Amino acid sequence: MSNSVALSFQNVTKNFGGLTAVDKVNFDIRDNEVFGLIGPNGSGKTTVLDLVSGLLRLSSGKIISYDKKISGKTSAQIARRGVSRTFQLVRMLPTLNVKENIASGGVFGFRRYRRKELDRKVNYMMSQVGLTGKGMLPITMLTYIDQKRVELARALMSDPKIILLDEWLAGLNPTEMKIGINLISGIRYEGRTVVVVEHHMEAIRSLCDRCIVMNSGQTIAEGKPNEVLNDERVISAYLGVGNA
Amino acid sequence: MKHRENYSLNIKRRELYGLIASIFAFGLAATLPIFNTGYVLSLGVTIVMYTVLSTSWALFSGPTHYISLATAAFFGIGMYIVGGGLEIYSFPILIAIAGCVGAILAALIGLATLRLSGVYFVIFTLGLSELIRQLVTWAQTTMGTSSGLYVLIDVTESQIYWELLTIAAFVFLIGWCINRSKIGFALKIIGNDEKVARHVGINTAAVKIVLFMISGSIASITGAILAPRWTYIEPTIAFSPMLSFLVVIMALIGGAHRLWGPILGVIPFALCWDFITAKFPNQTALMLGLAFLLIVYAIPHGFAGLGEKYWGKFKHWRDFRV
Ligand SMILES: Nc1ncnc2c1ncn2[C@@H]1O[C@H](COP(=O)(O)OP(=O)(O)O)[C@@H](O)[C@H]1O
Ligand SMILES: [Mg+2]
Repeated sequence: MSNSVALSFQNVTKNFGGLTAVDKVNFDIRDNEVFGLIGPNGSGKTTVLDLVSGLLRLSSGKIISYDKKISGKTSAQIARRGVSRTFQLVRMLPTLNVKENIASGGVFGFRRYRRKELDRKVNYMMSQVGLTGKGMLPITMLTYIDQKRVELARALMSDPKIILLDEWLAGLNPTEMKIGINLISGIRYEGRTVVVVEHHMEAIRSLCDRCIVMNSGQTIAEGKPNEVLNDERVISAYLGVGNA
Repeated sequence: MKHRENYSLNIKRRELYGLIASIFAFGLAATLPIFNTGYVLSLGVTIVMYTVLSTSWALFSGPTHYISLATAAFFGIGMYIVGGGLEIYSFPILIAIAGCVGAILAALIGLATLRLSGVYFVIFTLGLSELIRQLVTWAQTTMGTSSGLYVLIDVTESQIYWELLTIAAFVFLIGWCINRSKIGFALKIIGNDEKVARHVGINTAAVKIVLFMISGSIASITGAILAPRWTYIEPTIAFSPMLSFLVVIMALIGGAHRLWGPILGVIPFALCWDFITAKFPNQTALMLGLAFLLIVYAIPHGFAGLGEKYWGKFKHWRDFRV
């Protein structure tokens, strides 16, 4: 599988009324790579993830995952094919506790757990993301960082083939950032394909095999992080705006 | 605090107590016709009827927050199936047919409204009920018989009461099973965040339609069971929009987020309603208005929510007093 393409974007376009948020984008994400999606705010990164996960419908073009077209399918169908995600602004299930929030990811998706197995998997995921001992807490009592952990655990519950992380590291302090980076590389070593949207350049450098830079809905550079981050156009379009 | 296992089959002790208490309550309620077959029994029929309708309404609307005003449509169709079919089929078969037709209608409404947001769903269900009522009225007048149908069948008030009570027990059983099942867990997730629900792989549309079918089917069965009580049914009785509103109000006053919530609204409201319609027949609209205000401002989560809040406070006090 290592040569196959996890996600292939073919002329992917998304219009919001008159605004073209994603403009005829073409690129491939290979199986089992950590792929970075970077670019200034409003450049269309989240929209790309929304198109993959079926939250938004494409205006034109198509998205292929492991030789099967996924664009046009519903979010649930895409999730059941092994694509899961986190959201830029965490989305918790406020009336459920931490364990139940995490369990929700592993019951209906790509891999489904039941009863004891489910409980075991939830406990395992909590230890993985660093939530041990917090399972019974109401979700609203958690700090923002812990809620991000819950969301990551929920996304991993179904053992997805592809996981999309939308600015998951944003808002972490330097120590947490290191832990977070380790966590994400760990996911990759389990054989998953990881797509990260990030602003933090160090994180991109240490995590990603390849990345793509977006600006105003278009891709302006693609390649290894070091090459891409030194590219003239990238520096002027993105790093120049003060995010470096 | 214990981990609530949403979806497993080992019955917890608290649930077992709840089950025993419910069986006992139903057993007790079943003895009512022995003591009185007059006014009290007829009040009993009303209460059980609204218990069935509100509880099954809340099965769907509680977790999804979709307000359905189609109860009257389902109920009226059930009635008309009995009214129109008695010459061909026996009463029990007609009840079964009513259940099936209710489920099919609910599935159609569900499919038609899948893409609508909550507000449109309310209007759609209300409009649809009115449409069905107009259609039935039109069909009856053009077919030239009369404006209504006779339901001439020998069923006593006690029988109706027991039939409804059986359906009520059935509704509670379904609700209890749903809460413990995978579909119940799916509903909780949908109620919290539908986008998340879809992203964890839940076919939210299918879940909602199944629930709406259950609730619609039960409303039709209720209408079918109650048809003989009227002897002569007319569209204005069978498809009364007031019924839809009352069901919503009672469920919300009691608390639609709990299986046992609606009944907490049904009993006091039905008693008040009965008193008001008897003593101040012109003030019913006022009472409806007051009930709405009460729901919106005083008890947004119904009596059930209120009880839970104070129970929580009490537990806190009990656990932390010195
Ligand atoms: N639902 C939407 N409706 C209208 N415009 C949107 C919507 N979502 C995003 N946009 C617009 O699309 C552009 C890209 O947004 P987004 O993908 O969120 O950017 P990024 O994640 O790179 O910061 C922005 O101009 C944003 O305002
Ligand atoms: Mg974004």
